[in-house]
Amino acid sequence: MGSRASTLLREEEIEEIKKETGFSHSQITRLYSRFTSLDKGENGTLSREDFQRIPELAINPLGDRIINAFFPEGEDQVNFRGFMRTLAHFRPIEDNEKNKNAAPSEPLNSRTNKLLFAFRLYDLDRDDKISRDELLQVLRMMVGVNISDEQLGSIADRTIQEADTNGDNSISFNEFMKVLEKVDVEQKMSIRFLH
Amino acid sequence: MPKPGLLSAALLFGVAAIVLVLFPLPASTDSGDGTRGPVALAHSAAEERAAPGVAAEDEEPGGQHQQQHQHGGGYKVVQWEWSYVQTPYIIAIWLLVASVAKILFHFSQRFTTVVPESCMLILLGLVLGGIVLIANKKQLYQLEPALFFLFLLPTIVGDAGYFMPARLFFDNLGAILTYAVVGTLWNSFCTGFSLYAAKVLNVIDEKVQADLMDFLLFGALISAVDPVAVLAVFEEVHVNDTLFIIVFGESLVNDAVTVVLYKVYISFVEVGPKNVQTVDYFKGVASFLIVSIGGTLVGLVFAVILGFITRFTKKVRIIEPLFVFLLVYLAYLTAELFSLSAILSMTFCGIGANKYVEANISQKSRTTVKYTMKTLASIAETIIFIFLGISAVDKSKWAWDTGLVSCTLVFIFIFRAVGVVGQTWVLNRFRLVPLDKIDQVVMSYGGLRGAVAFALVVLLDGEQVKAKDYFVATTIVVVFFTVMFQGLTIKPLVKWLKVPRSTSRKPTINEEIHERAFDHILTAVEDIAGLQGYHHWRDKWEQFDKNYLSKLLLRKSVYRKSELWEAYQKINIRDAISVIDQGGNVLTSARLSLPSMASRASFPEFTNVTNYLRENGSGVCLDLQVIDNVPGAKVEEDTETHHVLAGNLYKPRRRYQSHYSRHFMPLGEKERQDREVFQRNMKYRMESSKSTRHKRHKKERSIKKRHGSDPKEESTEKPRRNVSWHDKEPVLVPVDSEDDKAEHSEKDEDEGITFVARKVETPKPRPKSVPAAVEASSSPLASPLSRPPSVDTPLPWKGGVGSPPPCVSVEATKIIPVDLQQAWNQSISSLESISSPPAPPSADAVHPRISALSRIPGAPRPASYTPSSSSSFFSTSNTQLVQGSFLFPEKIPKEEEEDESSHELQPLMSTLKPPPPATTSAPPPPPPGSAPGQGRRKHPRVFLRSLVSAPPPGNTEPWSRGPTQL
Repeated sequence: MGSRASTLLREEEIEEIKKETGFSHSQITRLYSRFTSLDKGENGTLSREDFQRIPELAINPLGDRIINAFFPEGEDQVNFRGFMRTLAHFRPIEDNEKNKNAAPSEPLNSRTNKLLFAFRLYDLDRDDKISRDELLQVLRMMVGVNISDEQLGSIADRTIQEADTNGDNSISFNEFMKVLEKVDVEQKMSIRFLH
Repeated sequence: MPKPGLLSAALLFGVAAIVLVLFPLPASTDSGDGTRGPVALAHSAAEERAAPGVAAEDEEPGGQHQQQHQHGGGYKVVQWEWSYVQTPYIIAIWLLVASVAKILFHFSQRFTTVVPESCMLILLGLVLGGIVLIANKKQLYQLEPALFFLFLLPTIVGDAGYFMPARLFFDNLGAILTYAVVGTLWNSFCTGFSLYAAKVLNVIDEKVQADLMDFLLFGALISAVDPVAVLAVFEEVHVNDTLFIIVFGESLVNDAVTVVLYKVYISFVEVGPKNVQTVDYFKGVASFLIVSIGGTLVGLVFAVILGFITRFTKKVRIIEPLFVFLLVYLAYLTAELFSLSAILSMTFCGIGANKYVEANISQKSRTTVKYTMKTLASIAETIIFIFLGISAVDKSKWAWDTGLVSCTLVFIFIFRAVGVVGQTWVLNRFRLVPLDKIDQVVMSYGGLRGAVAFALVVLLDGEQVKAKDYFVATTIVVVFFTVMFQGLTIKPLVKWLKVPRSTSRKPTINEEIHERAFDHILTAVEDIAGLQGYHHWRDKWEQFDKNYLSKLLLRKSVYRKSELWEAYQKINIRDAISVIDQGGNVLTSARLSLPSMASRASFPEFTNVTNYLRENGSGVCLDLQVIDNVPGAKVEEDTETHHVLAGNLYKPRRRYQSHYSRHFMPLGEKERQDREVFQRNMKYRMESSKSTRHKRHKKERSIKKRHGSDPKEESTEKPRRNVSWHDKEPVLVPVDSEDDKAEHSEKDEDEGITFVARKVETPKPRPKSVPAAVEASSSPLASPLSRPPSVDTPLPWKGGVGSPPPCVSVEATKIIPVDLQQAWNQSISSLESISSPPAPPSADAVHPRISALSRIPGAPRPASYTPSSSSSFFSTSNTQLVQGSFLFPEKIPKEEEEDESSHELQPLMSTLKPPPPATTSAPPPPPPGSAPGQGRRKHPRVFLRSLVSAPPPGNTEPWSRGPTQL
């Protein structure tokens, strides 16, 4: 895959990506140019360092978690397909898509997948549960220094308590979905990609 | 609960106002009666008695003669010299009235969150005006256009321009210009033509003698959104940044349009509509370009002058602020002199000069400028609104026509809405972040008219514009309606709109947390996808700025050192300030919390109250419904949690509140947040990078290390550290560094003390610990090589300036706080060097800086710490090489004791997945706590500091690179 680093995207690839992610042709080419501009190593894949070079991420509390989300388990590089697959989670759900929600393979930008993406940011050990520690870590990342750990701990406890229905003191993905069922995830986890 | 207090406050204020206003009034006309002292005058009963006398003697302003005559009788011990002090006295009294009014309004916080201050001030003005009118039969005080345009408006615009969030402004420049130019033109033409149509259709009374030109003129002056009113209202509404800057920017920039239209129409009206030739229309367009661009250029020229002058004020620090005020004001006056857009001129002078001035002048001058500007602007705004109220009472200038008034109200509202929707529709095709429906509603509704329109209409020539009196009345009504009615209702409207779906439901804690996480995720993904546009011209501008402007306008010392030393010092100063700041806040919170805190005992520890004081004090915050809820006993704890969360969760980019605020000093919150997050992230990155060569447990341990030895770190980390549970565990660890002692003693102190006491207590040790920490940074080196802190002169770093790290992202300059850029650059380059393919274990092949870095920590290390000489140390193990780049010599001894403690701290971070090793040859790390090599693992915070003042490559003089702090 590294061979086509600086070459243009092939049509069939675009078609595949289009099919998989639902992005439009121009969106794909646009994002591809972004991809190549991030790809300082020019080998057709992005490494963590490539992402870390984005200055805004340095001041994003969850920046590194999100970077990690781009990398499949155990891998250190992400190619354009993978890059697009991750970004596809954030594609807005268009009106005509809502109807065929019952399609055999759920689109990447479905509500469930959007939530799953967020869930995975918490769930570091991939046991499909957000434990108190995992929650605490993310909370700590997201709050300023003014909150003490005791406070944070009690917030975490309360959060879990609020969401936890089966009493295992952690949040499963189902509980996660349930507790956010009233939230307009479709809108809040969508980005307007330029056409 | 606020009701009685409010009433009494109002009552008190009424009396005070009467006294204050009456005081100068009878005296000014009745000054001959010198024997009647101020006390008698001030007596509120004097009102009735004075009134006839005032009326009688009003005709005859010869009070001075009487006075002289009377005083001629002989030497008086006390003389009544009213006429001498009259003008300044009245001004001072007015200022006092305005300021007292402000105090009183803010007595009741509940009240001010509902009623905007501007409304109250106008009401107060109405009351005062009524009293003056009754007392005097004639309105003495009015909003004079000259006073308004020459003194009151500049203070507000100057403040707005100087503290304008420039980045945001230029980010949205396209939208701002569109709304300001197209929108204002649209409003003005539509209003003018529609009014004319209404006139033709006889909706407007025939008494209103006006033709098309008059209506167009009126449309021009009534259609411009007013910066003063917008600021006053929007500041309290707390819409999001983008919305705020668009409406506010529009209100500033449309000045050019208004001025030109106004002038063009005036001249058209003067020559008569029939004599207007086609050429004149083109002249009008040309005039617009000249007025706007000319005004901007004048402003920029003055900005350059200002920057240039402040370069040389080193010896006269005391008058530095004066230069700022004078030149910004001169920019305004000069533009006015050439009848260019003065508001534009002043705005751009402020925006342009800010960066250079702030860098040039001293910290104290900066504070002075800030406070003085805010004070002036705040009081000017108050006076404007009071005077608006007073002016409205003067019936002699009124001529009421219901048709005209109601038509105008309807038209400006409709056309504003239509214009906004239409333009937004077009703009949204180009905008990355589209303005949604709510934004559009707020923008339409927030099109407030204000004092500028009033002053312009008063300026009209009654001879030329026959319907002037009608226009004045209509303008007053429009201003009052927009400022009072819309100002009053915009907040509820916004709130109501903001939660359209879930009106009655509060977000659960889960929702709050996760939604905030969503926001961060979105922001990050946007950044990754490159959707936040980088503008080509901005890069160009920054290049230009760096190459020419900064050299010209920045003080040499600043410029030369800015790369390293200055940035570094800035961090230190600011962090020191923030330490005290936080200490102070905590103190306040403790005091404030005392009376009412009992009920909140359920929450283990009270949060820093500042945060929600801030929220409370600054009105309704859109994303916080919590504040307005009546706290039932049951939800109390939830509410508390919400407070804590809402106040402390990092805000994603779009949700920062307005950077510009009149009444509250900018808290630099974004900067602080950026810094915290930046440091945390960098730390994490360094750790995970390191971990590619270490065993996992080592990484975890070092991640947990938080103890810093320098002020910067203290300030950012302390508040957390004081109370952190995992940091309490290290108490078990033998403490032998001064720094740690300070830390632990502080903690011990903390532990036994109840909550409130702690808050009061902590600020004291904190500032002390800063110098202590600095000393500590060297004291652990009780080894022969111990080194005085004074070694840290800027000198050794100069060499580093010329050798920027190889792979610096240009983009970084826009995102990373200025003073962290160096750190950013260096961290990126070191990340690159770390992550680059494993270097052969030979010193030559390695990145020069790494080798330099690794050599340095190696060399000064006491023999017991260094397993080998610096060169062999370097070549023997990759691990050490990597460590070396993170090292910080003065921390070495301390590390050891931390080794054990850090074991216990693992759980929190243990799930961090370390990236797979990038090196194949990472040697197994020595067992914890045994090898000296471990001791050298510096936690990244310190690493960051070292980055800020990176050692020049090849600098082999060991201690010169020492601690960078101070």
